[in-house]
Amino acid sequence: MAILRPVFYLALLALIIAAPFIFPDFRTQLATLWVFIILSMTWDMTGGQMGYNSLGNILFFGAGMYIAAVVTIALAYDVGEYTNAFGGGTYKFTTTQYFLGMGLGLVFAGLLSAAIAWLMGYLLFQFRGPYFAIGTLGAAIAAGELVSNWEWVGGGQGIALPVYPGDFDVGKLFFYYLFAATGVILFIFLRWLYGTRFAGAINAIRDDEEKAEAMGLHTLRYKQVTWAISAFFVGIVGGISGFQNIHFEPLETAFQTINLGIFMVVCVLLGGKGTLWGPIIGAILFHVIKEVTWNYLLGWQWVALGALIVITVVYFQDGLMGWLARVKPEWFGERVQKKPDLIAEPAE
Amino acid sequence: MDQIISNIGLLFEFPVVNLKILIDGIMIGALFALAAYGLALVWGVMNVKNLAQGDFVIAGGYVAWSLTNIGIHPFLGIPAAFIVMWGIGWITYKLVIKRVIERDLFTSLLATFGLAIMFAQIMNLMFGSDTQSIDLGYDTLHFGPGGFVDVPISKLIGVIVALSLAFGVIIFMKRSRMGQAIRATAQDARAARVLGIDTDKVYAFTFSLNSAICGAAGAIIVMAWVIQPFYGITYSIRAFVIVTAAGLGNLPGVIAAGLGIGAMEQYGAHIFGIGYQQAIAVLLLLIVLFFRLLQQRRKRQVLQ
Repeated sequence: MAILRPVFYLALLALIIAAPFIFPDFRTQLATLWVFIILSMTWDMTGGQMGYNSLGNILFFGAGMYIAAVVTIALAYDVGEYTNAFGGGTYKFTTTQYFLGMGLGLVFAGLLSAAIAWLMGYLLFQFRGPYFAIGTLGAAIAAGELVSNWEWVGGGQGIALPVYPGDFDVGKLFFYYLFAATGVILFIFLRWLYGTRFAGAINAIRDDEEKAEAMGLHTLRYKQVTWAISAFFVGIVGGISGFQNIHFEPLETAFQTINLGIFMVVCVLLGGKGTLWGPIIGAILFHVIKEVTWNYLLGWQWVALGALIVITVVYFQDGLMGWLARVKPEWFGERVQKKPDLIAEPAE
Repeated sequence: MDQIISNIGLLFEFPVVNLKILIDGIMIGALFALAAYGLALVWGVMNVKNLAQGDFVIAGGYVAWSLTNIGIHPFLGIPAAFIVMWGIGWITYKLVIKRVIERDLFTSLLATFGLAIMFAQIMNLMFGSDTQSIDLGYDTLHFGPGGFVDVPISKLIGVIVALSLAFGVIIFMKRSRMGQAIRATAQDARAARVLGIDTDKVYAFTFSLNSAICGAAGAIIVMAWVIQPFYGITYSIRAFVIVTAAGLGNLPGVIAAGLGIGAMEQYGAHIFGIGYQQAIAVLLLLIVLFFRLLQQRRKRQVLQ
């Protein structure tokens, strides 16, 4: 087993790198898959590991998108004028401006999203259970509505970013690897994090917050830090998505509360809450189901997705990993005693 | 910013504008109160937070709208929507809600969110995404200086029907056997079961009643305002605002909060511009939540 593990991870890494060449027609879908995986993993940090079910993590996605775009534009032009012209012909970006803007923009997107999460967490983490979910949902919807009225960042029309300065297909690969790198870093980070005392603390908050506090944990600080870390990654992914989409607008793309904002929750539930691999598997499953319904049930795809949400939540909430943990506990490191044959099961 | 200040100035310069806004707000608020009343019922009795509330409202509106299209008088659409949505609520209960009652609240929240998406999309496929309304062809009353305050008779009728429906439900809950059973179940479901109340039946009845009330509200809304398949979520959010502000089991409070939120929303739309109306509805939710939080803080408790 000890030798198998690095081999498995290396094979996985090779698959990640080779995937866009194995499936050259699906490069955009593969990039979107990474968005789902990263958002699910970050949602699971608060939802699964800490027991705080947020419905508003999409806020950081939208915030990251806007921050990255505004930083990129501000480096070269006046933002108000640029959004007014709506990507009109006079605004050209050189290659250096594009990549410098993107790099700086993504850093700012991550850091500012984390800061927003920290500040909002101070207020929102006073709520428990469903009130937290409703409060975060409200915050995300409100953010979208406010941004769509903010003329300086383009109002309801959104922002049109410059196109990738190079070959179109290379651009697709570039965004795929950008997403994949973020995802791999996030996975390595979480794998390390879930083994530390910090994870123990947030798990304690999930299991019994009053007791955790009585044990001397500064629970609010732990909750804020966890949400800020998850918002950091969500903000970066949002920023990359902004560049990938080229043009985005506030309600349908950036703060898409009832699409992506709920999908990430469903992904996690589908795969299994509170596990490292659950969100990843769930995201892959969900994405495949979504693409299939999109292709074959045109018009009814949303109904099918709504039904999928209801069925997952009502009948299958433990998810795939939860189900496996019940059926095969020994796979998860739990020692299972084989029942001695002498003692027969009492007949029912 | 100048726009906002001049809008506020307008309120002081012409006090009659206040009257117009208040009347508009109270009229739409009566409908919000109706939807919120159903939510308070379901929340209090079954501990289910129904995010598909607004979609029931819109569905009821479409029932009345399609009946009008085949030549039935719009007023008959209100009882028809009541009955049809009763049936849909009952089916929803049997298929989904029944299985989430005993679970944690997040489960019911997410499951009903999934339902909301389904409902909105099915209505979108059936009726198209245009806004719809029924034109009753009634006059508009004018009063105040220069006839500035206008009250369409259709809205007036809608509000009266909504209020009488609300009072009907309150009397039903107080007087009838079923109402007693519902209240008993809300107080202590286990004790009610011990005393021979079929709580499953009570739950099914409560949820169907809720969706029927919402349906009737929708049938009123389609006569005086407009509906669209995706308007549901805003009604859900307003219902949440109202119930969170008024608390469970406080019916006069729900009605008062409904009227108040209607008025506040209209004021906000007047001051900040119509584009902010949705944002104001949602921000009110956050404000109410934080206000409740401060109240709980004094007692060293958290909102849960």
